[in-house]
This record gives sequence, structure tokens and C-alpha cells, in this order.
Amino acid sequence: MSTLAAKVHEEDHGDHHHKETFMTKYVFSQDHKMISKQYLITGLFMGIIGIAMSLLFRLQLAWPEQPFGIFEVILGKWAPDGVMDPNVYLALVTIHGTIMVFFVLTAGLSGTFSNLLIPLQIGARDMASGLLNMISFWLFFLSSVIMVISLFVEAGPAAAGWTIYPPLSALPQAQPGSGLGMTLWLSSMAIFIASSLLGSLNYIVTVINLRTKGMTMTRLPLTIWAFFVTAIIGVVSFPVLLSASLLLIMDRSFGTSFFLSDIFIQGEVLHYQGGSPVLYEHLFWFLGHPEVYIVLLPALGITSEIIATNARKPIFGYRAMVASILAIAFLSTIVWGHHMFISGMNPFLGSVFTFTTLLIAIPSAVKSFNYITTLWKGNLQLNPAMLFSIGLVSTFITGGLTGIILGDSTLDINVHDTYFVVAHFHLVMGISALYGLFAGVYHWFPKMFGRMMNKNLGYIHFWVTAVCAYGVFFPMHFIGMAGLPRRYYTNTAFPYFDDLANINVLITVFALIAGVGQLVFLYNFIHSMFYGKEAEQNPWRSNTLEWTAPVEHIHGNWPGKIPHVHRWAYDYSKPGHEEDFVQQHIPLKEGEEEMHH
Amino acid sequence: MNIVLIFSVLVLIAIALWQITKIFELSQVKKVNTQVADDNDNDWNGKLMFAFLIFIYGITLFSFWAYGDVLLPDAASEHGVDYDNLMWISFALIFFVQTVTQAMLYYFSYKYRGQKGKKAFYYTDNDKLEFLWTIIPVITLAGLILYGLYTWTDIMTVEENEDALVVELYAQQFNWKARYAGDDGVLGDANVRFLQDFEGKNLVGIDATDPNGFDDVVVQELHLPVGREVIFKMRSQDVLHSAFMPHFRAQMNCVPGMITEFAFTPSKTTEEMRLDTDVVAKVKKINKIRVKKSKKLVASGDIGLDPYEFDFLLLCNKICGASHYNMQMKIIVESSDEFENWMLDQRTFAEVIQ
Repeated sequence: MSTLAAKVHEEDHGDHHHKETFMTKYVFSQDHKMISKQYLITGLFMGIIGIAMSLLFRLQLAWPEQPFGIFEVILGKWAPDGVMDPNVYLALVTIHGTIMVFFVLTAGLSGTFSNLLIPLQIGARDMASGLLNMISFWLFFLSSVIMVISLFVEAGPAAAGWTIYPPLSALPQAQPGSGLGMTLWLSSMAIFIASSLLGSLNYIVTVINLRTKGMTMTRLPLTIWAFFVTAIIGVVSFPVLLSASLLLIMDRSFGTSFFLSDIFIQGEVLHYQGGSPVLYEHLFWFLGHPEVYIVLLPALGITSEIIATNARKPIFGYRAMVASILAIAFLSTIVWGHHMFISGMNPFLGSVFTFTTLLIAIPSAVKSFNYITTLWKGNLQLNPAMLFSIGLVSTFITGGLTGIILGDSTLDINVHDTYFVVAHFHLVMGISALYGLFAGVYHWFPKMFGRMMNKNLGYIHFWVTAVCAYGVFFPMHFIGMAGLPRRYYTNTAFPYFDDLANINVLITVFALIAGVGQLVFLYNFIHSMFYGKEAEQNPWRSNTLEWTAPVEHIHGNWPGKIPHVHRWAYDYSKPGHEEDFVQQHIPLKEGEEEMHH
Repeated sequence: MNIVLIFSVLVLIAIALWQITKIFELSQVKKVNTQVADDNDNDWNGKLMFAFLIFIYGITLFSFWAYGDVLLPDAASEHGVDYDNLMWISFALIFFVQTVTQAMLYYFSYKYRGQKGKKAFYYTDNDKLEFLWTIIPVITLAGLILYGLYTWTDIMTVEENEDALVVELYAQQFNWKARYAGDDGVLGDANVRFLQDFEGKNLVGIDATDPNGFDDVVVQELHLPVGREVIFKMRSQDVLHSAFMPHFRAQMNCVPGMITEFAFTPSKTTEEMRLDTDVVAKVKKINKIRVKKSKKLVASGDIGLDPYEFDFLLLCNKICGASHYNMQMKIIVESSDEFENWMLDQRTFAEVIQ
């Protein structure tokens, strides 16, 4: 049936054009290419807010006793005379985390590239449902708007940490941010989850049903494998966060006691009986941990594609790469308890989660070694996208290795919730996924906007970012090992931590330079969009199908027939061919083997 | 005013970038600039890759050299020794892997930087290699998991026994209280409902109908006898808190509505810790910083800082609101005689509510 539908679809589109108005083309577009641009630009906008927030609280951490005029300018009454209010510090940390994890690295990364690449790389005219796709974007947009609005409410935005553990998040008496700010946070997230589910379902259906002739699952580029599996993880785990949010909304607004019990606050015994915050932690991390891979897998998929293309070499161990994506996806749903070793849950559960967690190191190690082997004896074209991809492998290793410490329940006891954790997850998922996002933008910019980004600015951007990323997060391991907890407004309350002050200054200096470095990217992005050099059809000489489509975006992606696929995506430098790449739609030569194992 | 300043700086940066790109473009007039990396780009970026490897090693060594002394001193609890051993073994392992893999990654990036006309080696699979780097992590991790779980079970198994000291840690926004079980060794029942009894003197909500509670002692400074097992029962009255005692390698969340547990045996007294060479060095360094700060404060008419003396810390390590950063309690570990003497001076619950 699906083949029949695809056939009709194919004949339907070919060369006749729909009448498009400004509204249907640029705003309520159902075209996956336009939607992917909308995701990217919204994501980048949110990213600017998220990164700017981190710079504000880094200033506070480096010079806690120093008033900053800029605090008052930006934060207004929350920073009288330039002295930041502790509640606002917590709000900044909270919203920074929320925005970066969900709005930038989930929607901005996966939303952008799943939308752009799934139809183009599998050879489809568009997503299975353009309408759902459009609704998915606009729900995401709406949730972004609500999140931004929450920054302006009287008592301040949510400030309970991005994990919003109750009772802190449930009781407005506990902190001002748990009033209207938290209500908006929860509404925004509920809408975000709806958007994510619509998107994910669409990706799954499209990958399963709309592959062009010859595009078997084993010929899929690794990007598509990554997006496909990511979508499945999303569908499995995001609804659980929705239920946690709904139960929390019930506790907050309708007096139920799912997560609350025996509370005395501000001179009053509250009526809540029998609930448990630990239940919330379970529900939250049932999404929260897979979320790490929802963020990371697309970045790894993008990296696989870019490393193979620019190394002019097949990705090493394609089957192992697919198997490790599947293994990581499966394991990711049974490791959530490693966030809760010392939450008060039964220690026996702790040992189970230690076991499952450390197993993840195995597919991760396989992936890392396979990337490294792909570089070996390559002919590396060091484009900015390639640099970011190599950078990703590097931070993925550095950050991943400290996961062996944190995933071990015993060792977690003393580094849990310290800066060691902050260093770990920023490297392994924050920086790595951000590198994936940048790599993707540099690589597919010509596909998205028909122009090239400036490579020299790209190089400046990469090297500044790469040095600063290590400069910021490497020393952070040490202040964590010194026992300094995260989410402290200032460390001056403990003379014991006085000797960490100079490290905090160093970290902030690197962070500020990194922030300026991102302006280079922003400038390059906007400038190239309008004035960049016009792109050729296949500038990176890549094998995948998106580069067989014309530079000019047309509805339906290919004029005429959709190309058929005859080989896998990684025939780079294959012996017996003159060029060092053979595109997927080119038939095998007489006697040519497809790929040898 | 500030906004104007920031804005103009941003504009200036944008102009600078525009000019830099123009210069790049103008300096490359002869070639067609495709914005795709050419041999020249591959060459200098490849070399930078190698330099970056040295940078990573450099920052690692620098951090150890410059910040090695901020790390926690040796554990002051019995299980802490096992903890530290496991930590250093894991660290040695990950440092080895880090050093080798980063070297390969960046060296290959440098060595195989592209040249026009060169063809890469078509190499898709090698089952033996892949098996090798699957099985080695499996074996290593199996070892680590077993060692870790053995230690974990050891630390987390809390057995009630006559000899142990039972202490309740009671968390609230934004301070800690401790309750000792008294002569009977049993903590009286407690609930937040009783907090308002006795005109607020019932600091941790002890149930006055439970006779076990009368000899309980509630204090704001935690004293522990050295060499005796302490079983902590954690409670919270409002939001989540976490009782973090880094020097003892001990941490457990305090959850409203339930009682959580953690037990350890302090192995060093506060006095002994103050004589530890690492601690002495650290205190000296901290005081140097504080003297410097004091000078500045005094110069501007404020009061200078007191010199710092080492004490064990109990910190809150779960975000709990505005003053989360300052939710602390002093822990004093002393000989059991000193501990008993101190206990004699404390008032029991029965005495407090009379």
C-alpha cells in the first residue's frame, strides 16, 4: 500500500507547482526544508539566550563580591545596584539548562536535521505528513514563546534547577520562582513534548515507509539511522515526562499529593500526605536520561556522515555503528536510576543501575574506535564541519570517560551534584552535541540556503571554541573533586573553598572568550545567508542523495523522478572508480561487489 | 548607557569580522575561492590538530600541577579508604584511555591531512579489530563493576547494632539540626505535625507521646566520637536537601515524608585532621588568600576576615532555594571521652519542653 501511495505521490508532484503565498511558503509551510530552517533559526535564537545566561552566572561565580552594572541593565530589579539576587542566580541556571537541553539541542539540533535530511537522504518528496510536521514546529515555537515570556513574570521564572524536583518546584512558599514562573515552565514543557512527539512519529513513519527504491535499511546513511532511533527513544520516553509534569501540575494546582508528604513550611503544616518526591525523580529521569541520547545520537549521526565524507573513506564498521546506536538506545532506557544513587532509593537498585550504566561504555567505546579508524589512512579534507566532528569525538571521549566514575554508585557518593558532574555532562552531551550542531550547519548550509559559509571564519570559530571548551570544563573537574557543590550562588560562605576562587576566574575568562567566539559564527551564518558564495550542487563531493537534488529548493525535492539507490552511502575512494566518491544512485559496474566485509 | 556601549562593541566586532573576511578574500584573488578546504587549509589545520593534542595534554598536566592541592584530603572515615582506592584505580584507567585515544585521534587528523590527488584507503570492516575493542572494554568494565558493587554493598549495608551511635540529621530551609537518640539508643517518633507544639521549642517535631523521645537531644553542631559507627537517619521538613560530608565520602538525600539512611565510622578526629600535611598546606594557602582579601577590606573601611581553621563540613548538596549556598553545619570529631562530656552538657527533649 505504501509503495502505491508513494507512486501516486511521485506522479503527482514531478514538475507542476502549487500556488504559494508568503504565508504558506515562509510561515505556515508544510515543506520539510522550510520547517528545518524554521527549527534552526528558532533554536539558534534560544541558544543565544541560553548562552548569554551562562555568561551572566559565570560572571557572578568568578567575582561574587563584585557588583556588575550589566546585571542591573539586563536583570533590572533582580540585581539592585548590580548585585545579583540568589533566586535569580538559580533561575538563570535553571533556564539555561532547560533551554540548552530541550530548545537548542533537542529541537534545534534534531528538529533541524531530521527535517532537512530524512526526506532528502532517503529519497522522499517530503515527510509522511507535512501538516503534522508544520503543527510540530508551531507547537515548538509556542513553547519557546511561553518559556521566554516566563522570564518576565513578576516573581521570576522557574528556579528549581532544570530537573525541577518537587517539593521545591511544587511550593511557591519554597522559592518565588515556583509560582507563576513554574506554571509557565510546565505549560511550555507540556507543549514542547507534544511537538516532539508529533515530530518523532513523523520521522519514524517517513523512514519506514517512504524510502526510495533500493534504499534498504542497510543502505541508510548513519545520519538517518541516528535520527530514526532517536525518534523511537523520544516516543518511548517523552510521554513519561509529560505524565510527571501533569502530576506535578495536579499537586501544584489541585491539591493532590503525588509527590508531596509531611511538609512544614513558613510556619504552616501543609495537608499533603503519602506522596514521594522519589517517584518524581524516577519519572523525570525515565525521560531525563534517554534525553541525553536524544541530544547526542543525532550529533553522532551527523558526525559519522561528515567524517566519512571528509576523510574520503567509508565509515569504518558500518554494521557495528548501527548496532551500537541500537545498543545505546536500548540501554539508555534502563539506566535512569544512576541519577538517583543517593536519592534514598533501595541501594540494591543502585547496584542494578551501576551495572546497566557501565555497559553503555561498550557501544560508546566501539563508536569512538570506529571514528578513529575511519580517520586512519584517510585523505582528510579539514573543512570547518570536519573540525567540529573531530572535536566532537574528542569531547565525547573526554566527557564519556568521567562517566565511568559517575556511573559507579560507590564513586558517585562523593562527586554527585558537584562541579565534577557539571564538567562531565557539559563535555559529553553539551559540547559534543553543540559541535554536532555546528558541524551540521557548516556541512548542510549549502543545502539549506544555497550558499557557502565562509571557511576562514569557520576555522576561527572552531579553534576558539575548542580551546575554550577545554579551558572551561577541564578545571571544573578539579573544583568538583575538591567537594564544591553545583548550583551555589557563591562559594564565599565556606572559607574552605577560598582557594577555588582563582580557578573560577580562569573558567569565566575562557567562557567569555568562548561567548565572543560564537559571535563569529552568528555573523558568518547571517552574512553567508545573504552574501555567501553561491553553492555548487555537491560542494563536498558527497555520496548521499540530498546532493543529487538541485540547489534551488523545489517542492517535492527532485524535478522529475526520484533517484533510485544502488549502493550504500560510503563508497569513498573505492578501488576501480576514477573519482574518490560514488553517489548512491549510481548503479554498480559490471562485476562490482557492493561492499566487501 | 551600558546597552549603547555593548551594542557599539558588537557592531565594531561585526565590522572587524567583515574586514577580516574581505582581507582573506582579497589575498586569495588568484584562486577561485570555493569555501571548500584546499591543500593549504588541510595543511595548517592538520598541524593545529597536532598542536591541540599538545594543548590537551598541557592543560591536563597544568591542572594537576596548579590545582592538585585543592582536591580533598585523604578520607576521614573507614569506608573512605576503600572509596579512595576505587577512585584512584578508575582514574588511572581513564587517564590511560584518554591519553591513548586522544593521541590517536589528533595524530591521525594531523598525519592524514588531505592532499589533492591522494586517494584514501578503502577499508570498511575488520571483524577481528572490532571484536578486540569490544571485548577489552567488556573485561575491564566487568572488573570495575564487580569491584564497585562489592564496595557499594559494603558501604550501603546498614545493620542496626548496639554499639552504633544513632543520629538524626534534620534538614530545613536553610539549616541543619542533629538529634541524638539518648541513653536508650532509640530515636522517638517524630513528624512535622508536632513542630508547633510547646511554643516552637520542639525543633524537629518529636512526638511527645512516645517515651523513646524524652531522652533525645537536639543540637545545632554535630559532634561525633572517633572510631565508633554512626548511623545517620535523614529527614527533611520542607524540600529535598542532601547531606554531603565530603571528607567522610558520605552523602544522602533528605526527603520530606521518608527517612533515609547512611552510616560510616569516623577514623580521624578534627585535631588529627588539622595536623594532616595536606590539610596544613591547604589551610596555609587559604589564609594567604584571606589575608590579601582582608587588606583590601580594611583599606575600604570594612572589617577584615578571621583566619581560617579546618573543620569538617556538612553541606547541602541538593538545590533547595535562595540560601542553598549557605546551608551548613560544623562537624566535630573527637575522642569518645570528649564526646561523652559534651553530651552531658546538652539538654534532653524532656528538659527542653518542661
